[in-house]
Amino acid sequence: MRRGSWLRAVVGSPTGAFGVGWLALVAVAAVASPFWTPLDPFATDPYAAWAPPSTEHLFGTDSVGRDVFSYVARASTTTALVALASGATALVVGVLLAVLGSLTPRWARDSVAVLIDVLVAFPTILIAMALAAAFGGSLGVVVIAAGTGYGVNIARVSRAEIRRVGREDYVLAARAAGVGALGVVTRHVLPNVAPLFAVQLSLAMATSILAEAGLSFLGYGASAETASWGRLLSDLQKFIGVHPWSIVWPGAAITLTVLAFNLLGDAVRDAGDPRLRPRAATPADRPGVVS
Amino acid sequence: MSLSIDDLHVDLGGRPVIEGVSLSIGDGERLGLIGESGSGKSMTLLAVLGLLPDAATVRGSIRLDDRELVGLSDRDHAPLRGAEIGVVFQDPRTSLDPIRTIGSQIAEPLRLHEGIGRREARARAIEAAAEVGLPDPAGIVDRYPHQLSGGQRQRVVIATALIARPRLLLADEPTTALDVSTQAEVLDLFRRLVDERGTSLLFVTHDLAVLRRVVDHAAVLSAGRLVEQGPVRELLTRPAHPVTRGLVAASEATTWRTT
Repeated sequence: MRRGSWLRAVVGSPTGAFGVGWLALVAVAAVASPFWTPLDPFATDPYAAWAPPSTEHLFGTDSVGRDVFSYVARASTTTALVALASGATALVVGVLLAVLGSLTPRWARDSVAVLIDVLVAFPTILIAMALAAAFGGSLGVVVIAAGTGYGVNIARVSRAEIRRVGREDYVLAARAAGVGALGVVTRHVLPNVAPLFAVQLSLAMATSILAEAGLSFLGYGASAETASWGRLLSDLQKFIGVHPWSIVWPGAAITLTVLAFNLLGDAVRDAGDPRLRPRAATPADRPGVVS
Repeated sequence: MSLSIDDLHVDLGGRPVIEGVSLSIGDGERLGLIGESGSGKSMTLLAVLGLLPDAATVRGSIRLDDRELVGLSDRDHAPLRGAEIGVVFQDPRTSLDPIRTIGSQIAEPLRLHEGIGRREARARAIEAAAEVGLPDPAGIVDRYPHQLSGGQRQRVVIATALIARPRLLLADEPTTALDVSTQAEVLDLFRRLVDERGTSLLFVTHDLAVLRRVVDHAAVLSAGRLVEQGPVRELLTRPAHPVTRGLVAASEATTWRTT
């Protein structure tokens, strides 16, 4: 497949363009904010508490006078790290378990299937809270719990799909053309399952952001020195009756990022399948005499 | 290249599907293999390729020139597939990978067995596409299977099977999934390419009318056993076995309906 046409197809759809655009913005903020934010995100100033949005404080300030814009920007680093690390963990765990559970000898794939079903039964948030209770809350705990939790979900959904694709005629045809047992997995089976992985991965990254926000909100996630959207949300929600507008900022950041991941996942899936890709008319589409 | 199958037995999960089949195809010879569905035709073909399901056990002998194929490990068998043995499967709608371009699929055996680069693979794919009569060969290699008609796709499959110049070609009902007029074109192409190259051919079908156009000799398979063997003309005019008679009657019935 040519890379150019694939990328064009992703960015060419409105949902893909939004996903790429917003996540690029988050990525820029995540990379830049540790070095520079308009104001120190952790500096408190009791006299400037609950300042309304202004040119100095773009999103206003919170109960202790922190600049909310700077804090939200700084927290995007945490979000990006959690999403990438959880996504990578989920993908490795998911693909590994799915392949082991579908393309191996019967005894092996059946045992892996049972293992997947057992692991799926553990709620991710509970695992994270148990780990946090044992080892103390940290982003590492969030990543491990969310990564393996959603990885198992990916494995469960993809296992059946990999088995289906593995039985397709074109896989047998590829084997008959001389492709080896491993080559057929990497060249034909996984690329045909990849669109499903894209959707599942985007979902895993989106939900890991929610998990981090949720756990930080509950006090099990990021430590107090780490900026986090969930922590800010939990700080601000105590004052929701007095200053309801302040929670819009971290809330919108979380919602938009999760939405961007989901939309991007859909766009990547559609682009991964040439049959769903919009294309220019080819000679075969035009009526007339065909050779 | 000569293929000789001797007393082949295949069990699938304890159930016998092929019981003592013996066939031989000399260098450049063409043999038809006919029988009803489930008679073991496709299994024979898969046994030659070493691509039987995991649950299958094989006894007997399959020799390609002097090499014994039964008991060969997958690692030793894979280099023969595509290079020495080409295959055309039945349904071109499902035997092409939907997300890879026509060109990359035609050239896949070359990339595997000759290790050629992307540019040369593309050039050879265009050449092969022209040879099987695909329209606009230089453009069609960048298209995807769903953009082609059934007949065009089967031409792609034939081009893939022949690109590495195998000396034995296996065909599993290559025209069954096509409509009648396309069938005739594809069969003519098939016959021409096999003639030009002197490829040995094992042609599996259940349709005697198709068989007559491509091969001179045929073997009749029923319930995993070989029941009759001889020149196609002979089998058509004086079928000895009831199964052959049934197939002849069926093919005559179809011929009546289509002409």
